[in-house]
Amino acid sequence: MKITEEQVRYVADLAHLRLSEDEVSRMAREMDAILSHMDKLNELETKDVPPMAQVLYEAGETATLRVDEERATLANEKALACAPNAGGGFFKVPRVIERS
Amino acid sequence: MNVSKLSIDQVRTGLRDRKFSARELTRSALQFARAENPKTNAYLHFSEEKALASAEAVDAKIARGEDPGPLGGVPVAVKDVILVKGIQNTCGSRLLANYIAPYDATATARIERAGGVIIGKANCDEFAMGSSTENSAFGPVRNPMALERVPGGSSGGSAAVVAQGTAVVSLGSDTGGSIRQPASFCGVVGVTPTYGRVSRYGLVAFASSLDHIGPIARNVRDAATVLGVISGRDEMDATSAFTPVPDYNTAMTGEVRGMTIGLPREYFTRLASETGDLIAKGVDVLRGLGCEVREISLPHTEFAISSYYIICTAEASSNLARYDGVRYTTRSEKGETLIEMYRSTRGEGFGAECKRRIMLGTYVLSHGYYDAYYLKAQRVRTLVARDFQKAFQEVDAVVTPVSPFPAWKLGEKLEDPMQMYLSDIYTITCDLAGIPGMSVPCGTTAAGLPVGMQILTNHFQEGAMFRLADAFERARS
Repeated sequence: MKITEEQVRYVADLAHLRLSEDEVSRMAREMDAILSHMDKLNELETKDVPPMAQVLYEAGETATLRVDEERATLANEKALACAPNAGGGFFKVPRVIERS
Repeated sequence: MNVSKLSIDQVRTGLRDRKFSARELTRSALQFARAENPKTNAYLHFSEEKALASAEAVDAKIARGEDPGPLGGVPVAVKDVILVKGIQNTCGSRLLANYIAPYDATATARIERAGGVIIGKANCDEFAMGSSTENSAFGPVRNPMALERVPGGSSGGSAAVVAQGTAVVSLGSDTGGSIRQPASFCGVVGVTPTYGRVSRYGLVAFASSLDHIGPIARNVRDAATVLGVISGRDEMDATSAFTPVPDYNTAMTGEVRGMTIGLPREYFTRLASETGDLIAKGVDVLRGLGCEVREISLPHTEFAISSYYIICTAEASSNLARYDGVRYTTRSEKGETLIEMYRSTRGEGFGAECKRRIMLGTYVLSHGYYDAYYLKAQRVRTLVARDFQKAFQEVDAVVTPVSPFPAWKLGEKLEDPMQMYLSDIYTITCDLAGIPGMSVPCGTTAAGLPVGMQILTNHFQEGAMFRLADAFERARS
């Protein structure tokens, strides 16, 4: 096994994802199968190959920075319009810091 | 009027000759789409009010004697991951069931500026993750060519509406084949442009280094027209290219004599016989047109699936972190503290495939596994891209199947995610390399299922790709 249920619970915690016990055991099985397949990559020697994080192509020099001038942004009430809970111009969330 | 077979050119002439107004066309298209939609579930919502307003603007322009634009009056459907201001944008997810787009994606704004009439939003796999459109929280889409089968995915709704005739053209998004594969399954044309050709601003992010917006249409010319409209530099997307957009219509000369076509041998082994036979016949058509066909090798093809699914899940786990119950419409009732609320919202909101990808992505990025999986996958991505660069030194285009098999039955691959992933084998290399690719219909199997032929060209060589596809389409019809 490449991945145990305990590891699944740990990763779910990192991802802020609540999984049921059924989901944990199913996820362990499926991730195991997928990660085993991905091990195929180890057949390749890639020591001297640079990683590709973004598509790059031959292009002339370009101005990628815009002029630094003030412009209208999305209005506060529009940004908040789809919030599940908002008030006073802010997103409202449950308690963040525990009071002792 | 029969809206189900109209081309962009026919809409143009019909409006010019006053056979119908844009308003009449829009009403007919909406009426037809509403009546047909229960068969396929391809539309999630219609944008009638907005559509009629756009149509009236087109009619007013025509009345003033002005050009209504290259898409003037054309009914367009947009995949539900691309924002259309004021219209729902669910991404096929329960989490965004009530989300209304506060702004326009650049691509949809350009469609409207060109006179296009957006009539509705098309169903898709949740956050565009899937190959069958069975992962939509709002029910699967059925293939209009065979209702018991999947339309492909993730842009299954966008392909289905065009095949069904409930839109003239549509926009889809492609991260690993999500435009080309459903286009091939539904017997229509689907185009994934060069990475950076079309702005991603307003496309809900799945895997940012792989995501593309592109058109789906009933013929090559319509697809090229839409791509011409939505392409070009946009300062809202730092990865959008400055490269000028050529006139794709003049590129389609019908003359392809002397073009060299590469058939990568890695794509033709283990190929289901009927699909293989149809592609071989398609290649014969290209030979008949005077193309020079030769075998080539793309040696790292077999490693592409692993590289792709590591990179796309890593980027997805990061992009989907924003759905935390704070900003986007849906929040779990459970959870006294912020962290507990995050966990509950995400656990209740995401479907199985999104959870799987968030988990895989978080795992491959986590401490101790980053080098072994993520960095390794990025190095292999370089090798896949180099394969193509080498190939394009000797050929003008690469021709392959789009999918190893035609549309499968609903439910057939749902229980085995790895099998579903492997079905993307022929389309993901294009996304990894960032080159353009398209699916063009090349026949149907004995059971009547469409098969698409894939044409790939080098970065920004969409013109050559369209020339070849258009000549092929003409030769076949």
